[in-house]
Formats: sequence, C-alpha cells, structure tokens
Amino acid sequence: MTSIGYLAALALLAPAWAQTSGVVGAVTPPRTVGKRGGVMDARVTVQLRNGYHVNSNTPADDYLIPLRLTWAAAPLEVAATTFPKPKLEKYSFSAKPVSVFTGDFDILTRLKVPESVMQGPGVLLGKLRYQACNDNSCLPPKTIEVRLPYQIQ
Amino acid sequence: MTSSVRWATLVAAAVLALAGCSSLSKSERARALTAEKERQIAPDFTLKDATGRTVRLSDYRGKVVVLNFWATWCGPCKIEIPWFMEFEQKHKDQGFAVLGVAMDDDGWDAVKPFLESQRINYRVVMGTPEIGELYGGVESLPTTFMIDREGRIAQVHVGLVGKREYQDDIDRLLGGAGAARAGMGAN
Repeated sequence: MTSIGYLAALALLAPAWAQTSGVVGAVTPPRTVGKRGGVMDARVTVQLRNGYHVNSNTPADDYLIPLRLTWAAAPLEVAATTFPKPKLEKYSFSAKPVSVFTGDFDILTRLKVPESVMQGPGVLLGKLRYQACNDNSCLPPKTIEVRLPYQIQ
Repeated sequence: MTSSVRWATLVAAAVLALAGCSSLSKSERARALTAEKERQIAPDFTLKDATGRTVRLSDYRGKVVVLNFWATWCGPCKIEIPWFMEFEQKHKDQGFAVLGVAMDDDGWDAVKPFLESQRINYRVVMGTPEIGELYGGVESLPTTFMIDREGRIAQVHVGLVGKREYQDDIDRLLGGAGAARAGMGAN
C-alpha cells in the first residue's frame, strides 16, 4: 500500500471525533447513517484512564454526580438513551459499593429521524457530563462536547 | 514568577516527593514535613463562611491550621471529615484549627445541608476557582495543606491519606517553635 493509500485507510478507520478532558474521552464513529421516517442509533464510546471511574447514570447516593449525555438533537429527536449496566465497586473511601463505570464503555442513543428532515450530512452536538474519581481522590465534575457526524438517506 | 505558578511548582514538587517516597512506609512518609527554612507562606485569602462571616487565613497566624479543600460530591473527602472534627475538638485549645474550603459549584445550596447533617464543628468557607489557582491549581480532592504557626505550608496531602499521618503532622507542628503562642489568632 502506498503511503497515500495508507493514510487514506487510516483516515477512514479513525473515529470522527474524539474529545478528551482530563481522564475521560468520548469517541464517536466516523459516520452514523439514518433514514427519513426511521430511527438512527448513535454510539458514543467513553474511555476512562486506567484506575479511574465515573459515577454511573444511577448513583446510589444523592450527593454523587451522575453521568449524563444530552444532545441538541434538532431536527432529529431523542427517543431513548441507554447506558451499560453499572458495576458495583468497593473503594477504600466507601462503606458500601458504588455504582460506577470503568474502562471503555458505550452509550447508545436512539434518534427518530422525521420524514421532514432533509437528506444529506449533518453533525449532532452533545454534552457528556461526568465526575471521575480514583481510589483516593476525586476530580471536579466536567462537561465535554460530543460531535456525531451523520448521514440521512 | 507569579504566585500561582510558584504554588503550582510547590504542589508539583510535593507530589513528586510523595511519589518518590512510594517505597517508604506510611509512618516514614509522615515524617516528611518540609524543612522550616524551605516553607513558603500560605497565600492569604478572604472568604465567607456558612454564616456569612468573613474569614481571612491571615487571622489564623499563630495557630497550626489544617486547610482542607473538599466537596460534597467527593467520597474520599468524607472519610477525612470525621477525623478533622476529632482533631478540632482535641486540639482547639492548643492553638489549632481546621478550616475547610468547599469547592462545590452549587455553592452553599449544596454545602449547608451537608454541614448541618454532619454537625461539622470547624469553620468551612466557600472556595472559588481563583483560590484553587492561588494554591497551585487544586484539582484533585481532597487536597490538604498543613500550615504552621508562622503561616507557612509545612506539608501538602493530595488525595486521601491516613488519619495517623495527619495526627503525626499535627503533633509535630503543635510541638514545634511557636507553641507558646497557642491561643493567638482566629477562633
């Protein structure tokens, strides 16, 4: 493969968007395809630095800041957002297990594509809010931008 | 060098020193107070406590101060708080005080109910990003500065450390130069 061909292949394989802030990154596919009048499933892969966790979307205690993914979806419509099953982990600072996500995991958002949406490309903008800790310290809550390129057929 | 850069350097040096001491036992690490001649003055600040009273760090000059940056959403911070309450009760008559700096974005709405539910017996002020920057860019919580009677930083603890380490630091700082001035400064 020529160097140009290799670079082109890399560009095709590379994620379209990888936003990182501190210990958390959010990666989306190069393109997500939907059809007018149908639904489109958007995948965001969250990547955590080794040794860190984020609170799940359903933390057990009120004081904990949950993981949230929100979209400025128009002209599409968010139908549902699905998080993976949280892990219940015990840490040195917790008397009881904490509901968390660790490592790499996917958040799926099902989007309705109205018939009225024009065909062609677009970019969905979202925000991922998280609060990360390791076994002995915590980082302030942060919000990172998520960009999801899509194609309506 | 700006003060924030100076303190960032100090904190980084402290973290590196702790990392470099990873092979030492906890009690050995606890002995590593900064030598008196190398200690830097803790940056002064003026903040409000939960009752609206103004608190100046410089008002505590003459006391040993545990300056603890924390937040209500920080699990490790909550392990330390009962220890700090115990230290406050045990040493308050020896020229000692704990001062909490809450770093919650939601301000007193989040912090006051927690203070009341835990019946925290030491003063807590509401922090700001600027105060965090002043102390070297406090990012990880808890971060705790052990301040001697001359208002100098004798130790920095980043993250949850053992109660014994705090107690050792406090005992050393209370027993050091300036002990005769116990009782001076803020209450």
